[in-house]
Amino acid sequence: MPSPESSCPSIRIGVGAGTADDRIYPAVQLAQHGELDYLVFECLAERTVARENLARTKDPERGYTPRMLERIEAVLPACLDNDVRIVTNMGAANPRAGARAIRQLARDMGAGDLSCATVTGDDVSDLVRTMPALQLLETGAPLESILPRMASANAYLGADVVAKALATGARIVITGRVSDPSLFLAPALHEFGWSYDDWSRLAAGLVAGHLLECSAQVNGGCFADPGKKEVRDLATLGYPFGDIGADGSVTIGKLDINGGRVDVATCSEQLLYEIHDPASYITPDCVVDITGVRLEQVAQDRVAVRGPKGRPRTPTYKVTVGYFDGYIGEGQVSFGGPNAVARARLGAEIVEARLTERGFTYPELQVDLIGYSSVHGEHPSRPEPYEVRLRIAARTDDRRAAEAVGFETRALHMHGPAGAGGGSDPIVREILAVQSVLLPRELVSPEVGLEGEA
Amino acid sequence: MVRVYDLAHCRAGDKGNTSNISVVACGEAAWRVLCEQLTPERVMDAFGHIAKGPVRRYELPNLRALNFVIENALGGGVTRSLRQDMHGKSLSSLMLTIELPGHNEESGQAGGSPTEDQASSRD
Repeated sequence: MPSPESSCPSIRIGVGAGTADDRIYPAVQLAQHGELDYLVFECLAERTVARENLARTKDPERGYTPRMLERIEAVLPACLDNDVRIVTNMGAANPRAGARAIRQLARDMGAGDLSCATVTGDDVSDLVRTMPALQLLETGAPLESILPRMASANAYLGADVVAKALATGARIVITGRVSDPSLFLAPALHEFGWSYDDWSRLAAGLVAGHLLECSAQVNGGCFADPGKKEVRDLATLGYPFGDIGADGSVTIGKLDINGGRVDVATCSEQLLYEIHDPASYITPDCVVDITGVRLEQVAQDRVAVRGPKGRPRTPTYKVTVGYFDGYIGEGQVSFGGPNAVARARLGAEIVEARLTERGFTYPELQVDLIGYSSVHGEHPSRPEPYEVRLRIAARTDDRRAAEAVGFETRALHMHGPAGAGGGSDPIVREILAVQSVLLPRELVSPEVGLEGEA
Repeated sequence: MVRVYDLAHCRAGDKGNTSNISVVACGEAAWRVLCEQLTPERVMDAFGHIAKGPVRRYELPNLRALNFVIENALGGGVTRSLRQDMHGKSLSSLMLTIELPGHNEESGQAGGSPTEDQASSRD
Protein backbone atom coordinates (compact mmCIF):
# COMPACT_ATOMS: atom_id res chain seq x y z
CA MET A 1 0.00 0.00 0.00
CA PRO A 2 1.27 3.55 -0.68
CA SER A 3 2.79 5.15 2.38
CA PRO A 4 1.41 8.64 3.06
CA GLU A 5 4.82 10.23 3.68
CA SER A 6 6.51 9.24 0.45
CA SER A 7 5.60 8.74 -3.14
CA CYS A 8 7.22 5.29 -3.14
CA PRO A 9 4.84 2.47 -2.23
CA SER A 10 6.07 0.13 0.45
CA ILE A 11 4.94 -2.95 2.33
CA ARG A 12 5.58 -4.07 5.89
CA ILE A 13 6.41 -7.73 6.48
CA GLY A 14 6.41 -9.08 10.02
CA VAL A 15 8.02 -12.25 11.29
CA GLY A 16 5.72 -14.90 12.72
CA ALA A 17 8.41 -17.48 13.53
CA GLY A 18 12.03 -18.16 12.58
CA THR A 19 12.25 -21.84 13.45
CA ALA A 20 9.96 -24.80 14.16
CA ASP A 21 10.30 -24.32 17.92
CA ASP A 22 10.08 -20.54 17.96
CA ARG A 23 7.94 -18.66 20.49
CA ILE A 24 4.30 -18.01 19.57
CA TYR A 25 3.12 -14.90 21.41
CA PRO A 26 5.46 -12.31 19.74
CA ALA A 27 3.74 -13.08 16.41
CA VAL A 28 0.38 -12.18 17.98
CA GLN A 29 1.79 -8.84 19.18
CA LEU A 30 3.05 -8.03 15.67
CA ALA A 31 -0.25 -9.05 14.04
CA GLN A 32 -2.14 -6.84 16.50
CA HIS A 33 0.10 -3.78 16.68
CA GLY A 34 2.55 -3.98 13.78
CA GLU A 35 0.44 -2.35 11.02
CA LEU A 36 1.57 -5.25 8.87
CA ASP A 37 0.70 -6.19 5.33
CA TYR A 38 2.21 -9.68 5.57
CA LEU A 39 3.19 -12.08 8.33
CA VAL A 40 5.79 -14.69 7.36
CA PHE A 41 6.43 -17.88 9.35
CA GLU A 42 9.69 -19.75 8.56
CA CYS A 43 9.54 -23.07 10.40
CA LEU A 44 11.55 -25.67 8.46
CA ALA A 45 14.94 -26.73 9.75
CA GLU A 46 17.01 -28.92 7.44
CA ARG A 47 15.61 -32.13 8.92
CA THR A 48 12.00 -31.08 9.45
CA VAL A 49 10.72 -32.10 6.03
CA ALA A 50 12.30 -35.55 6.34
CA ARG A 51 10.58 -36.08 9.68
CA GLU A 52 7.22 -34.88 8.37
CA ASN A 53 7.55 -37.10 5.32
CA LEU A 54 7.47 -40.05 7.73
CA ALA A 55 4.36 -38.63 9.43
CA ARG A 56 2.63 -38.35 6.04
CA THR A 57 3.51 -41.97 5.23
CA LYS A 58 1.60 -43.04 8.33
CA ASP A 59 -1.36 -40.66 7.78
CA PRO A 60 -1.99 -38.91 4.43
CA GLU A 61 -3.61 -35.93 6.21
CA ARG A 62 -0.45 -35.24 8.28
CA GLY A 63 2.98 -34.06 7.26
CA TYR A 64 2.68 -30.33 8.05
CA THR A 65 4.68 -28.96 11.01
CA PRO A 66 3.23 -30.07 14.36
CA ARG A 67 2.65 -26.56 15.78
CA MET A 68 1.13 -25.11 12.61
CA LEU A 69 -2.46 -25.01 13.84
CA GLU A 70 -1.43 -23.61 17.23
CA ARG A 71 0.44 -20.77 15.52
CA ILE A 72 -2.32 -19.97 13.02
CA GLU A 73 -5.02 -20.09 15.70
CA ALA A 74 -3.05 -17.56 17.78
CA VAL A 75 -2.65 -14.96 15.00
CA LEU A 76 -5.71 -15.50 12.81
CA PRO A 77 -8.16 -13.14 14.57
CA ALA A 78 -5.70 -10.21 14.44
CA CYS A 79 -4.66 -11.04 10.85
CA LEU A 80 -8.31 -11.02 9.71
CA ASP A 81 -9.10 -7.81 11.65
CA ASN A 82 -6.07 -6.00 10.25
CA ASP A 83 -6.07 -7.50 6.75
CA VAL A 84 -2.69 -9.20 7.14
CA ARG A 85 -1.87 -12.00 4.70
CA ILE A 86 0.10 -15.00 5.90
CA VAL A 87 2.96 -16.73 4.06
CA THR A 88 4.49 -19.86 5.57
CA ASN A 89 6.50 -22.98 4.83
CA MET A 90 4.73 -24.86 7.64
CA GLY A 91 3.20 -27.10 4.96
CA ALA A 92 6.48 -29.05 5.22
CA ALA A 93 5.91 -32.44 3.52
CA ASN A 94 2.19 -31.89 2.87
CA PRO A 95 1.08 -28.31 2.11
CA ARG A 96 -2.30 -29.41 0.72
CA ALA A 97 -3.22 -31.26 3.90
CA GLY A 98 -1.95 -28.25 5.84
CA ALA A 99 -4.26 -25.96 3.85
CA ARG A 100 -7.23 -28.23 4.53
CA ALA A 101 -6.42 -28.31 8.24
CA ILE A 102 -6.14 -24.51 8.40
CA ARG A 103 -9.47 -24.09 6.58
CA GLN A 104 -11.13 -26.45 9.07
CA LEU A 105 -9.56 -24.54 11.95
CA ALA A 106 -10.92 -21.25 10.55
CA ARG A 107 -14.43 -22.71 10.28
CA ASP A 108 -14.18 -24.01 13.86
CA MET A 109 -13.11 -20.54 15.01
CA GLY A 110 -16.10 -18.95 13.27
CA ALA A 111 -13.87 -17.22 10.74
CA GLY A 112 -15.78 -18.66 7.79
CA ASP A 113 -14.38 -19.91 4.52
CA LEU A 114 -10.68 -19.04 4.43
CA SER A 115 -8.88 -19.34 1.11
CA CYS A 116 -5.47 -21.02 1.18
CA ALA A 117 -3.04 -21.25 -1.74
CA THR A 118 -0.50 -24.06 -1.76
CA VAL A 119 2.96 -24.31 -3.27
CA THR A 120 4.15 -27.81 -4.10
CA GLY A 121 6.63 -29.42 -6.45
CA ASP A 122 9.57 -29.18 -4.06
CA ASP A 123 9.35 -32.93 -3.35
CA VAL A 124 11.74 -34.41 -5.93
CA SER A 125 12.34 -37.76 -4.21
CA ASP A 126 10.87 -39.83 -7.08
CA LEU A 127 13.00 -37.92 -9.58
CA VAL A 128 16.33 -38.20 -7.75
CA ARG A 129 15.80 -41.93 -7.17
CA THR A 130 16.29 -42.24 -10.94
CA MET A 131 19.53 -40.21 -10.79
CA PRO A 132 21.90 -42.19 -8.52
CA ALA A 133 24.98 -40.59 -10.07
CA LEU A 134 24.17 -37.12 -8.69
CA GLN A 135 27.08 -35.96 -6.56
CA LEU A 136 26.60 -35.14 -2.87
CA LEU A 137 27.93 -31.61 -2.31
CA GLU A 138 29.27 -32.34 1.18
CA THR A 139 31.34 -35.46 0.46
CA GLY A 140 31.55 -35.78 -3.34
CA ALA A 141 30.16 -39.33 -3.06
CA PRO A 142 27.35 -40.38 -5.42
CA LEU A 143 23.75 -40.08 -4.19
CA GLU A 144 23.57 -43.83 -4.69
CA SER A 145 25.50 -44.31 -1.44
CA ILE A 146 22.56 -43.02 0.66
CA LEU A 147 19.62 -43.81 -1.64
CA PRO A 148 18.61 -47.02 0.17
CA ARG A 149 18.28 -45.01 3.41
CA MET A 150 16.72 -41.88 1.85
CA ALA A 151 13.74 -40.39 3.71
CA SER A 152 13.12 -37.24 1.64
CA ALA A 153 14.47 -35.05 -1.15
CA ASN A 154 13.22 -31.49 -1.47
CA ALA A 155 14.31 -28.63 -3.70
CA TYR A 156 14.64 -25.15 -2.25
CA LEU A 157 12.09 -23.31 -4.40
CA GLY A 158 12.29 -19.56 -5.01
CA ALA A 159 10.08 -16.52 -4.53
CA ASP A 160 8.64 -16.68 -8.06
CA VAL A 161 6.20 -19.52 -7.34
CA VAL A 162 5.27 -18.06 -3.94
CA ALA A 163 4.45 -14.72 -5.60
CA LYS A 164 2.30 -16.64 -8.07
CA ALA A 165 0.46 -18.19 -5.13
CA LEU A 166 -0.10 -14.72 -3.65
CA ALA A 167 -1.55 -13.62 -7.00
CA THR A 168 -4.45 -16.03 -6.45
CA GLY A 169 -5.64 -13.60 -3.77
CA ALA A 170 -5.64 -16.30 -1.07
CA ARG A 171 -5.47 -15.12 2.53
CA ILE A 172 -2.82 -17.68 3.38
CA VAL A 173 -0.04 -19.16 1.25
CA ILE A 174 1.31 -22.44 2.57
CA THR A 175 4.40 -24.06 1.09
CA GLY A 176 6.82 -26.91 1.62
CA ARG A 177 10.52 -26.32 1.12
CA VAL A 178 11.21 -22.79 -0.08
CA SER A 179 14.46 -20.93 0.44
CA ASP A 180 14.03 -18.99 3.70
CA PRO A 181 14.74 -15.45 2.42
CA SER A 182 12.62 -16.12 -0.68
CA LEU A 183 9.53 -16.36 1.55
CA PHE A 184 10.09 -12.67 2.35
CA LEU A 185 10.98 -11.60 -1.19
CA ALA A 186 7.75 -13.10 -2.51
CA PRO A 187 5.34 -10.42 -1.16
CA ALA A 188 7.55 -7.68 -2.64
CA LEU A 189 7.64 -9.45 -6.01
CA HIS A 190 3.87 -9.80 -5.91
CA GLU A 191 3.18 -6.19 -4.86
CA PHE A 192 5.75 -4.40 -6.99
CA GLY A 193 6.05 -6.71 -9.99
CA TRP A 194 9.86 -6.70 -9.94
CA SER A 195 11.29 -8.63 -12.85
CA TYR A 196 13.89 -11.37 -12.63
CA ASP A 197 16.58 -9.20 -14.20
CA ASP A 198 16.10 -6.41 -11.65
CA TRP A 199 19.07 -7.74 -9.67
CA SER A 200 19.53 -4.98 -7.13
CA ARG A 201 15.86 -5.01 -6.08
CA LEU A 202 15.74 -8.79 -5.89
CA ALA A 203 18.90 -8.69 -3.80
CA ALA A 204 17.37 -6.04 -1.53
CA GLY A 205 14.30 -8.18 -0.89
CA LEU A 206 16.46 -11.23 -0.21
CA VAL A 207 18.73 -9.34 2.20
CA ALA A 208 15.61 -8.13 4.04
CA GLY A 209 14.49 -11.76 4.17
CA HIS A 210 17.90 -12.92 5.34
CA LEU A 211 17.87 -10.38 8.18
CA LEU A 212 14.32 -11.36 9.21
CA GLU A 213 14.31 -15.13 8.72
CA CYS A 214 15.81 -15.93 12.14
CA SER A 215 13.17 -13.84 13.92
CA ALA A 216 14.49 -12.16 17.08
CA GLN A 217 18.17 -12.64 16.15
CA VAL A 218 18.07 -9.24 14.40
CA ASN A 219 16.33 -7.30 17.18
CA GLY A 220 18.29 -8.26 20.27
CA GLY A 221 18.13 -12.04 20.51
CA CYS A 222 21.39 -14.01 20.55
CA PHE A 223 23.25 -10.80 21.41
CA ALA A 224 23.26 -9.83 25.10
CA ASP A 225 26.45 -10.13 27.15
CA PRO A 226 25.91 -8.49 30.56
CA GLY A 227 28.24 -5.56 31.15
CA LYS A 228 29.46 -5.62 27.55
CA LYS A 229 26.51 -5.78 25.17
CA GLU A 230 23.31 -4.79 26.94
CA VAL A 231 19.85 -5.48 25.55
CA ARG A 232 16.97 -3.65 27.17
CA ASP A 233 14.16 -5.74 28.62
CA LEU A 234 15.14 -9.00 26.93
CA ALA A 235 12.29 -10.89 28.62
CA THR A 236 9.75 -8.98 26.50
CA LEU A 237 11.70 -9.45 23.26
CA GLY A 238 9.37 -9.46 20.26
CA TYR A 239 9.70 -10.27 16.58
CA PRO A 240 11.05 -7.82 13.98
CA PHE A 241 9.48 -6.40 10.85
CA GLY A 242 10.86 -5.05 7.59
CA ASP A 243 9.59 -2.21 5.43
CA ILE A 244 10.35 -2.89 1.77
CA GLY A 245 9.83 -0.15 -0.80
CA ALA A 246 9.05 -0.55 -4.49
CA ASP A 247 12.42 1.12 -5.14
CA GLY A 248 14.24 -1.63 -3.20
CA SER A 249 14.66 0.35 0.02
CA VAL A 250 14.73 -1.76 3.17
CA THR A 251 14.31 -0.74 6.82
CA ILE A 252 14.36 -3.22 9.70
CA GLY A 253 12.45 -2.33 12.88
CA LYS A 254 10.71 -3.53 16.01
CA LEU A 255 7.65 -2.57 18.07
CA ASP A 256 8.04 -0.06 20.91
CA ILE A 257 6.06 -2.34 23.26
CA ASN A 258 8.80 -4.99 23.12
CA GLY A 259 12.26 -5.02 24.62
CA GLY A 260 15.31 -5.65 22.47
CA ARG A 261 17.28 -3.39 20.14
CA VAL A 262 17.61 -2.88 16.40
CA ASP A 263 20.85 -1.15 15.53
CA VAL A 264 23.93 -1.41 13.36
CA ALA A 265 25.52 -3.88 15.79
CA THR A 266 22.60 -6.34 15.88
CA CYS A 267 22.01 -6.06 12.13
CA SER A 268 25.72 -6.54 11.34
CA GLU A 269 25.81 -9.83 13.25
CA GLN A 270 22.66 -11.09 11.58
CA LEU A 271 23.67 -9.94 8.10
CA LEU A 272 26.67 -12.31 8.24
CA TYR A 273 24.82 -15.14 9.98
CA GLU A 274 25.31 -18.39 8.03
CA ILE A 275 26.98 -16.51 5.16
CA HIS A 276 30.12 -17.95 3.62
CA ASP A 277 31.48 -15.86 0.71
CA PRO A 278 29.69 -12.52 1.17
CA ALA A 279 30.05 -11.77 -2.56
CA SER A 280 28.15 -14.95 -3.47
CA TYR A 281 25.18 -15.72 -1.29
CA ILE A 282 23.35 -18.19 -3.52
CA THR A 283 19.55 -18.24 -3.43
CA PRO A 284 17.07 -19.70 -5.96
CA ASP A 285 16.17 -16.12 -7.05
CA CYS A 286 19.58 -14.56 -7.60
CA VAL A 287 23.15 -14.61 -6.32
CA VAL A 288 23.43 -11.86 -3.72
CA ASP A 289 26.55 -9.78 -3.07
CA ILE A 290 26.49 -8.10 0.34
CA THR A 291 30.06 -6.81 0.30
CA GLY A 292 28.81 -3.29 -0.47
CA VAL A 293 25.98 -3.24 2.08
CA ARG A 294 25.79 -0.22 4.37
CA LEU A 295 23.70 -0.11 7.53
CA GLU A 296 22.42 3.17 8.91
CA GLN A 297 20.51 3.94 12.09
CA VAL A 298 17.72 6.15 10.71
CA ALA A 299 15.65 6.33 13.93
CA GLN A 300 15.40 4.61 17.31
CA ASP A 301 15.27 0.85 16.57
CA ARG A 302 15.16 1.42 12.80
CA VAL A 303 18.06 0.45 10.54
CA ALA A 304 18.16 1.14 6.81
CA VAL A 305 19.93 -1.42 4.64
CA ARG A 306 21.48 -0.11 1.44
CA GLY A 307 23.67 -1.39 -1.33
CA PRO A 308 23.07 -5.13 -1.83
CA LYS A 309 23.80 -6.24 -5.38
CA GLY A 310 22.60 -9.26 -7.32
CA ARG A 311 23.63 -11.47 -10.20
CA PRO A 312 21.58 -13.94 -12.27
CA ARG A 313 20.39 -17.04 -10.47
CA THR A 314 22.23 -20.30 -11.01
CA PRO A 315 20.85 -22.93 -13.44
CA THR A 316 20.21 -25.37 -10.57
CA TYR A 317 18.05 -25.84 -7.50
CA LYS A 318 19.70 -27.02 -4.30
CA VAL A 319 18.06 -30.20 -3.03
CA THR A 320 18.26 -31.35 0.59
CA VAL A 321 18.29 -35.13 0.90
CA GLY A 322 17.25 -36.54 4.27
CA TYR A 323 18.42 -40.06 5.13
CA PHE A 324 18.61 -42.42 8.09
CA ASP A 325 22.08 -42.47 9.56
CA GLY A 326 21.92 -44.90 12.48
CA TYR A 327 21.60 -43.99 16.15
CA ILE A 328 23.29 -41.86 18.77
CA GLY A 329 23.32 -43.26 22.30
CA GLU A 330 24.08 -40.96 25.20
CA GLY A 331 24.42 -40.93 28.98
CA GLN A 332 25.41 -38.38 31.64
CA VAL A 333 26.50 -38.43 35.29
CA SER A 334 27.98 -35.75 37.60
CA PHE A 335 31.09 -35.41 39.80
CA GLY A 336 31.96 -32.62 42.27
CA GLY A 337 34.62 -31.56 44.76
CA PRO A 338 38.31 -32.51 44.98
CA ASN A 339 39.65 -34.37 41.94
CA ALA A 340 36.27 -34.28 40.17
CA VAL A 341 37.85 -34.16 36.70
CA ALA A 342 40.07 -37.20 37.33
CA ARG A 343 37.13 -39.22 38.68
CA ALA A 344 35.02 -38.28 35.64
CA ARG A 345 37.83 -39.37 33.31
CA LEU A 346 38.13 -42.68 35.17
CA GLY A 347 34.36 -43.11 34.77
CA ALA A 348 34.66 -42.65 31.01
CA GLU A 349 37.45 -45.24 30.79
CA ILE A 350 35.32 -47.74 32.71
CA VAL A 351 32.29 -47.22 30.46
CA GLU A 352 34.35 -47.64 27.30
CA ALA A 353 35.95 -50.84 28.64
CA ARG A 354 32.57 -52.31 29.61
CA LEU A 355 31.04 -51.48 26.20
CA THR A 356 33.99 -53.22 24.50
CA GLU A 357 33.67 -56.20 26.85
CA ARG A 358 30.01 -56.53 25.85
CA GLY A 359 31.06 -56.70 22.21
CA PHE A 360 29.87 -53.28 21.11
CA THR A 361 32.01 -51.18 18.80
CA TYR A 362 31.35 -47.63 17.67
CA PRO A 363 32.76 -45.81 14.63
CA GLU A 364 32.75 -42.64 16.76
CA LEU A 365 32.53 -42.12 20.53
CA GLN A 366 32.81 -38.78 22.29
CA VAL A 367 33.61 -38.04 25.94
CA ASP A 368 32.66 -34.58 27.21
CA LEU A 369 33.25 -33.08 30.62
CA ILE A 370 30.43 -30.56 30.83
CA GLY A 371 31.69 -27.47 32.60
CA TYR A 372 35.21 -28.09 31.30
CA SER A 373 35.49 -29.33 27.73
CA SER A 374 32.06 -29.96 26.23
CA VAL A 375 31.45 -26.95 23.96
CA HIS A 376 34.94 -25.71 23.06
CA GLY A 377 36.90 -28.95 23.40
CA GLU A 378 39.71 -29.66 25.82
CA HIS A 379 42.56 -27.18 26.12
CA PRO A 380 45.50 -27.25 28.56
CA SER A 381 45.16 -23.52 29.27
CA ARG A 382 41.90 -23.94 31.17
CA PRO A 383 41.75 -24.47 34.96
CA GLU A 384 39.89 -27.47 36.33
CA PRO A 385 36.40 -26.62 37.59
CA TYR A 386 34.91 -27.57 40.98
CA GLU A 387 32.37 -29.89 39.38
CA VAL A 388 31.84 -31.56 36.00
CA ARG A 389 29.17 -33.63 34.32
CA LEU A 390 30.46 -36.57 32.34
CA ARG A 391 28.67 -37.04 29.03
CA ILE A 392 29.37 -39.99 26.74
CA ALA A 393 27.84 -40.10 23.25
CA ALA A 394 28.46 -42.67 20.52
CA ARG A 395 27.29 -43.36 17.00
CA THR A 396 26.19 -46.81 15.83
CA ASP A 397 23.87 -48.56 13.38
CA ASP A 398 22.82 -50.98 16.15
CA ARG A 399 20.02 -49.74 18.42
CA ARG A 400 21.11 -52.07 21.24
CA ALA A 401 24.63 -50.70 21.13
CA ALA A 402 23.18 -47.18 21.33
CA GLU A 403 21.11 -48.07 24.40
CA ALA A 404 24.13 -49.58 26.11
CA VAL A 405 25.98 -46.22 26.15
CA GLY A 406 23.51 -44.55 28.48
CA PHE A 407 22.93 -47.76 30.47
CA GLU A 408 26.61 -48.20 31.30
CA THR A 409 27.08 -44.49 32.05
CA ARG A 410 24.24 -44.46 34.57
CA ALA A 411 25.61 -47.65 36.16
CA LEU A 412 28.63 -45.60 37.31
CA HIS A 413 26.39 -44.68 40.28
CA MET A 414 27.28 -47.98 41.97
CA HIS A 415 29.97 -49.47 39.74
CA GLY A 416 32.21 -46.47 39.11
CA PRO A 417 34.48 -43.96 40.86
CA ALA A 418 33.51 -42.30 44.15
CA GLY A 419 30.64 -39.83 44.19
CA ALA A 420 29.06 -40.30 40.75
CA GLY A 421 25.61 -38.71 41.06
CA GLY A 422 22.58 -37.68 39.07
CA GLY A 423 22.83 -40.14 36.20
CA SER A 424 20.48 -39.39 33.32
CA ASP A 425 18.08 -41.90 31.82
CA PRO A 426 19.75 -43.47 28.79
CA ILE A 427 19.08 -41.45 25.62
CA VAL A 428 18.79 -43.00 22.14
CA ARG A 429 18.16 -40.82 19.10
CA GLU A 430 17.55 -42.10 15.59
CA ILE A 431 19.56 -39.87 13.28
CA LEU A 432 17.95 -38.21 10.29
CA ALA A 433 20.94 -36.65 8.58
CA VAL A 434 20.94 -34.42 5.49
CA GLN A 435 23.17 -33.89 2.50
CA SER A 436 22.64 -31.91 -0.69
CA VAL A 437 22.65 -32.30 -4.44
CA LEU A 438 22.10 -29.80 -7.28
CA LEU A 439 19.33 -30.42 -9.78
CA PRO A 440 18.92 -28.62 -13.14
CA ARG A 441 16.05 -26.11 -12.84
CA GLU A 442 14.15 -27.47 -15.81
CA LEU A 443 13.65 -30.81 -14.05
CA VAL A 444 11.71 -29.23 -11.17
CA SER A 445 8.07 -28.17 -11.61
CA PRO A 446 6.80 -25.86 -8.87
CA GLU A 447 3.01 -25.76 -8.71
CA VAL A 448 0.36 -23.48 -7.21
CA GLY A 449 -2.94 -24.84 -5.93
CA LEU A 450 -5.94 -23.19 -4.29
CA GLU A 451 -8.21 -24.47 -1.55
CA GLY A 452 -11.44 -22.44 -1.29
CA GLU A 453 -12.55 -19.29 -3.13
CA ALA A 454 -10.03 -16.46 -3.09
CA MET B 1 48.11 -8.36 24.39
CA VAL B 2 44.46 -7.68 23.69
CA ARG B 3 41.61 -10.15 23.37
CA VAL B 4 39.23 -10.16 20.42
CA TYR B 5 36.60 -9.82 23.18
CA ASP B 6 37.91 -6.30 23.84
CA LEU B 7 37.79 -5.30 20.17
CA ALA B 8 34.72 -6.92 18.65
CA HIS B 9 31.52 -8.89 18.95
CA CYS B 10 30.84 -12.19 17.22
CA ARG B 11 28.07 -14.52 16.04
CA ALA B 12 28.42 -18.10 14.77
CA GLY B 13 26.30 -19.78 12.12
CA ASP B 14 26.26 -23.29 10.69
CA LYS B 15 25.88 -24.99 7.34
CA GLY B 16 26.56 -28.70 7.24
CA ASN B 17 29.97 -29.30 8.77
CA THR B 18 31.10 -25.69 8.27
CA SER B 19 30.95 -22.93 10.86
CA ASN B 20 31.03 -19.25 9.97
CA ILE B 21 31.89 -16.71 12.63
CA SER B 22 31.52 -12.99 12.12
CA VAL B 23 33.81 -10.59 13.96
CA VAL B 24 32.32 -7.09 14.05
CA ALA B 25 34.76 -4.42 15.22
CA CYS B 26 33.86 -1.88 17.91
CA GLY B 27 35.13 1.19 16.10
CA GLU B 28 37.78 2.16 13.58
CA ALA B 29 40.89 1.55 15.72
CA ALA B 30 39.71 -1.95 16.64
CA TRP B 31 38.94 -2.64 12.97
CA ARG B 32 42.50 -1.81 11.93
CA VAL B 33 43.98 -4.12 14.57
CA LEU B 34 41.64 -6.96 13.64
CA CYS B 35 42.35 -6.58 9.91
CA GLU B 36 46.07 -6.69 10.52
CA GLN B 37 46.31 -9.31 13.26
CA LEU B 38 43.28 -11.62 13.30
CA THR B 39 44.65 -13.76 10.49
CA PRO B 40 43.24 -17.10 9.30
CA GLU B 41 46.38 -18.70 10.79
CA ARG B 42 45.64 -17.32 14.27
CA VAL B 43 42.03 -18.47 14.00
CA MET B 44 43.14 -21.93 12.87
CA ASP B 45 45.47 -22.09 15.90
CA ALA B 46 42.61 -21.31 18.25
CA PHE B 47 40.22 -23.81 16.64
CA GLY B 48 42.73 -26.51 15.70
CA HIS B 49 41.81 -28.83 18.59
CA ILE B 50 38.17 -29.03 17.44
CA ALA B 51 38.25 -28.20 13.70
CA LYS B 52 40.28 -29.53 10.79
CA GLY B 53 39.91 -26.42 8.68
CA PRO B 54 40.78 -24.86 6.32
CA VAL B 55 39.84 -21.34 7.43
CA ARG B 56 38.93 -18.61 4.97
CA ARG B 57 38.63 -14.91 5.87
CA TYR B 58 36.42 -12.34 4.13
CA GLU B 59 36.58 -8.59 4.78
CA LEU B 60 33.56 -6.26 4.85
CA PRO B 61 34.97 -2.76 5.38
CA ASN B 62 31.54 -1.04 5.22
CA LEU B 63 30.48 -3.05 8.26
CA ARG B 64 33.97 -3.10 9.80
CA ALA B 65 33.49 -6.84 9.96
CA LEU B 66 35.47 -9.98 9.17
CA ASN B 67 33.74 -13.23 8.28
CA PHE B 68 35.62 -16.44 9.05
CA VAL B 69 34.52 -19.66 7.39
CA ILE B 70 35.90 -22.70 9.21
CA GLU B 71 35.45 -26.02 7.45
CA ASN B 72 35.21 -29.42 9.14
CA ALA B 73 34.31 -27.67 12.39
CA LEU B 74 31.04 -29.21 13.54
CA GLY B 75 31.79 -32.84 14.34
CA GLY B 76 30.57 -34.14 10.98
CA GLY B 77 27.64 -31.76 10.52
CA VAL B 78 24.71 -30.42 12.48
CA THR B 79 22.37 -33.31 11.81
CA ARG B 80 24.77 -36.10 12.80
CA SER B 81 27.24 -34.54 15.26
CA LEU B 82 27.87 -36.22 18.62
CA ARG B 83 28.54 -32.85 20.20
CA GLN B 84 26.32 -31.11 22.71
CA ASP B 85 26.40 -27.87 20.73
CA MET B 86 25.66 -29.44 17.36
CA HIS B 87 25.23 -26.06 15.63
CA GLY B 88 28.43 -24.64 17.10
CA LYS B 89 26.53 -21.57 18.27
CA SER B 90 28.89 -21.23 21.22
CA LEU B 91 31.95 -21.09 18.94
CA SER B 92 31.52 -17.31 18.61
CA SER B 93 32.74 -17.13 22.22
CA LEU B 94 35.85 -19.19 21.41
CA MET B 95 36.73 -16.60 18.75
CA LEU B 96 36.45 -13.92 21.45
CA THR B 97 39.17 -15.62 23.55
CA ILE B 98 41.88 -15.16 20.90
CA GLU B 99 44.69 -12.88 22.04
CA LEU B 100 46.38 -10.44 19.66
CA PRO B 101 49.50 -8.27 20.06
CA GLY B 102 47.06 -5.34 19.92
CA HIS B 103 48.99 -2.16 19.21
CA ASN B 104 50.03 -1.02 15.83
CA GLU B 105 51.70 2.26 14.94
CA GLU B 106 48.70 3.72 13.18
CA SER B 107 45.86 2.66 15.43
CA GLY B 108 47.16 3.31 18.94
CA GLN B 109 44.73 2.19 21.61
CA ALA B 110 41.97 -0.02 20.29
CA GLY B 111 38.83 -1.19 21.99
CA GLY B 112 35.29 -0.15 22.77
CA SER B 113 31.74 -1.25 23.07
CA PRO B 114 29.42 -2.17 20.22
CA THR B 115 27.03 0.58 21.28
CA GLU B 116 29.54 3.39 20.81
CA ASP B 117 29.13 3.99 17.13
CA GLN B 118 25.86 2.26 16.49
CA ALA B 119 24.18 5.44 15.32
CA SER B 120 26.74 6.31 12.70
CA SER B 121 26.68 5.25 9.12
CA ARG B 122 29.68 3.18 8.19
CA ASP B 123 30.03 4.18 4.58
